[in-house]
Amino acid sequence: MDLHWLSIDEASRRLDAREISSRELTKAVLDRIEAVDGRVGAYLSLAAESALESADAADKRRSDGERGSLLGIPVALKDVLSKRGLPTTCGSRMLESYVPPYDATVVELLDRAGAVVLGKTNMDEFAMGSSTENSAYHPTHNPWDLERVPGGSSGGSAAAVAAGEATFALGSDTGGSIRQPAALCGVVGMKPTYGRVSRFGLVAFASSLDQIGPFTRTVRDTATVLNAICGHDKRDSTSAPVDVPDFTVGLDRGVQGLRIGVPREYMPSSLDAGVRAKVEAALSAFESQGAIIERDVPLPSTEAALAVYYIIAPSEASANLARYDGVKYGFSYTQGKTMWENMEMTRGQGFGAEVKRRIMIGTYALSSGYYDAYYLKAQKVRTVIRNEFDAAFEKYDVLVSPVTPTPAFKIGEKANDPYAMYLNDVFTLPVNIAGLPGISVPAGLVDGLPVGLQVIGKPFDEEAVLRVASAFEAASGWQDQHPPL
Amino acid sequence: MTTTTPATRYETVIGLETHVQLLTERKMFCDCSAAYADAPPNTHVCPVCMALPGVLPVMNRKAVEFTIMTGLALNCEIPPFAKFDRKNYPYPDLLKGYQISQFDMPSTQNGWVEVQVEGEEPRRVGITRAHLEEDTARLTHKEGADGESYSLIDMNRSGVPLMEVVTDPDMRSAEEAREYLLKLRQILRYMGVSNANMEEGNFRCDANISLRPVGSAEYGAKVEIKNMNSFSAVYNAIQYEVRRQTEELDAGRVIAQETRGWVEDVNEAFGSDFAKGSTVSQRSKEGAHDYRYFPEPDLPPLTVDLSYVEKIRAALPELPDAKRARFQSEFGLSLYDANLLVETRAKAAFFEEAVAAIEDPTDAGRLRFARLIANWMIGDFTRLLNANETELADSRVTPKRLYAMISLIEQGTITGASAKSVFEEVFRTGGDPAAIVKDLGLEQIGGSDEISQIVDKVIEANPKPVADYRAGKQEAVKFLVGMSMRETKGRANPATLTEILKQKLEA
Repeated sequence: MDLHWLSIDEASRRLDAREISSRELTKAVLDRIEAVDGRVGAYLSLAAESALESADAADKRRSDGERGSLLGIPVALKDVLSKRGLPTTCGSRMLESYVPPYDATVVELLDRAGAVVLGKTNMDEFAMGSSTENSAYHPTHNPWDLERVPGGSSGGSAAAVAAGEATFALGSDTGGSIRQPAALCGVVGMKPTYGRVSRFGLVAFASSLDQIGPFTRTVRDTATVLNAICGHDKRDSTSAPVDVPDFTVGLDRGVQGLRIGVPREYMPSSLDAGVRAKVEAALSAFESQGAIIERDVPLPSTEAALAVYYIIAPSEASANLARYDGVKYGFSYTQGKTMWENMEMTRGQGFGAEVKRRIMIGTYALSSGYYDAYYLKAQKVRTVIRNEFDAAFEKYDVLVSPVTPTPAFKIGEKANDPYAMYLNDVFTLPVNIAGLPGISVPAGLVDGLPVGLQVIGKPFDEEAVLRVASAFEAASGWQDQHPPL
Repeated sequence: MTTTTPATRYETVIGLETHVQLLTERKMFCDCSAAYADAPPNTHVCPVCMALPGVLPVMNRKAVEFTIMTGLALNCEIPPFAKFDRKNYPYPDLLKGYQISQFDMPSTQNGWVEVQVEGEEPRRVGITRAHLEEDTARLTHKEGADGESYSLIDMNRSGVPLMEVVTDPDMRSAEEAREYLLKLRQILRYMGVSNANMEEGNFRCDANISLRPVGSAEYGAKVEIKNMNSFSAVYNAIQYEVRRQTEELDAGRVIAQETRGWVEDVNEAFGSDFAKGSTVSQRSKEGAHDYRYFPEPDLPPLTVDLSYVEKIRAALPELPDAKRARFQSEFGLSLYDANLLVETRAKAAFFEEAVAAIEDPTDAGRLRFARLIANWMIGDFTRLLNANETELADSRVTPKRLYAMISLIEQGTITGASAKSVFEEVFRTGGDPAAIVKDLGLEQIGGSDEISQIVDKVIEANPKPVADYRAGKQEAVKFLVGMSMRETKGRANPATLTEILKQKLEA
């Protein structure tokens, strides 16, 4: 098999056996990027030279006797994660020139584990979007059909892993930004429980919803990456002081006797027939493996989730993005007559349309006289949504649903219709609202395009989610399919 | 021509908001040192307090503790839950574009502090709340050679813990406002939670002032005064503003709710009774910012359990009011003297150490000595400290030495007159009073023989006053006593000397 298609698991086995070196592996992935990224556009910036240096360092560590699942494994970082010395643009003009002087906690952890950072991947500006079309730089193309979107906002990371341009990648998920692109690109993508992974160094979009997670080609690899990046961080007060198990243990336990619920609202009549068929196939597979399937699990407030999300996320974003004023870093308009004019022009020209739209929505929702009707009410409904999940999880070990209502759409198809774009995330964003762990695992192709199966778990029960996803993966075998690039 | 209408009498209503920099080692949300006072610009900074993309705040527990301490000292409730909020407003000195503050669930609320204007009864000023927030960076506005204006930014101050103490609208005069601020500063310094120095900018006060007709229950339109950088500025600005609002109301005009800045030395609008300076309109409240407060999602709410609060309460130092009351009851000091002694914690501690050195076992003796210690501290000691611009902490006089010197007076080794010289020497050198007495030869003349000789000499040298006295002019004795004391260089006991002198004159 080409080295660029190796899973983390297989690559680290071969590295340990000295069959390959990290330099060879890294070089193979860099060659693959060279060969296909002109068409895919997964990366915003590459760090080929430093990647090869890291690979050599990893080879040295290994020859010194060190072992580790990520030692010498090439990784791509969504361009919203701070890595010292590498540009971190967040897909925005605003941060075109910004290079952070510090490492995100996850970057530090990956570095300690010996992972080899290849570069930074494309994304919707400040993680706002579901197609990666909102990148200020260029769109990313779905490796399965270059005319289609990879999903978003972590579209670059998903496409990179799907196209063999990285062995794994990290992304961030605020309303589905890992799971949705993972589904549309046919890779595994997971959003851990809110608080599982430190957000320190992740450029904030919506602080109470953002969570970092991995893109991999197998469920086992996701477990391996989680092992490296999860854990309490004193620099993030919202990271949970909760023990981190070895997520690779118990992956193969199967679903015998597990209670799997299917939320009624996640299987609407409007659901794409192909997507529905894939979910049904998955349910049959679980049933045949001894799981107890229950349909029509009520989560009645699901329909309010979109509204709740589009109040809370923009509200938080309106404050999080206030720091970009051209005074300290990044884009700065300086031709104005006054300080205020410069600040306004900086923000007017530095931000794209979707970012400005959300800042305005958030500013409005928090304004005096509207706060109670919007923000406060949204927080109350958020509690209701959480309670409905809690009630469901008293009966079920996991919930299973489609990730997206449809497979990948065409580039440009929804670019001018924000609401149609937002609807892409109806099945994913309630999971962020409730802070739960959720995974997207490849569920097969519909008309040649990947779709995903979502598994949602109780807070801090990533193990059940991974176990169910792993059982499905073993039964389906989709992980061995690659896009015909 | 002016028409005169019967002047309405107004009541002044004042509420104060005071921003206090806390004396924590670290900043509010990062590990940077908060002691930036003499540091070069932008040296106490990190990604967090520079608000780089992706950073997160981590709460400084010590700052929370200091705020709770303050709340307890100001008789506040300490709610079991508190939270932080984002206060949104754009300005280049606010690096995140929002300030992390406490909006509707502050760490402390609903307290009071007693203040007393001299000659008036003590009054309680309600404390609405004392909450925690962060300071901003510092901007310095410059003008280049080409006339273009620009600003420099120093981020050292960014993120330094700031506590805001807000009062109810309970003060009724500039004097009362000043007393409140002095009291607040005293309490903060006692607890060591802040340097509370207005001139250094770590104790900053805004005043809300309104007038209403005497007897009215409703408040008038509120004017907020900013930019007052000293106690006298606060006093003068309030006096000015009260006068201004009175004139506006008397002229039948309406007071606009607005923010005004105090500008020193600008004019003398109200004549020589007023300090130079005036308040100048900055912006009207109607156009004021909507801060769009919402809960800070990066910080979990604060849970404050009762045992934690009680631990803090138990560790509080004795506060000035309690100490003053104790000094009065324990040592029989006057209110005035006790107030002077508790002015600073250092002064009170000095007094208590000196009192602890008293060897007289009787209650009466202890009280007598305590009063003498107080007198010396308030009198000569304070005078010398002021004359030499020395702080008590830097003085060479120790409590034991002061007591030792007072003992020498009480034992009759030196006279009160000599003691002044001895004390000056102790103050100058820090030496042992007994040794100084010996070196300077200031032991009191004990034997009446020696005094007798001197008195004889004075009688002989001053026939006129002697004759006057003997002719019934009693006052003449004073001159003779003075002359005799001068002969002894102040070393004689004046009472003994007077007695001997009178005996001889009347013999």
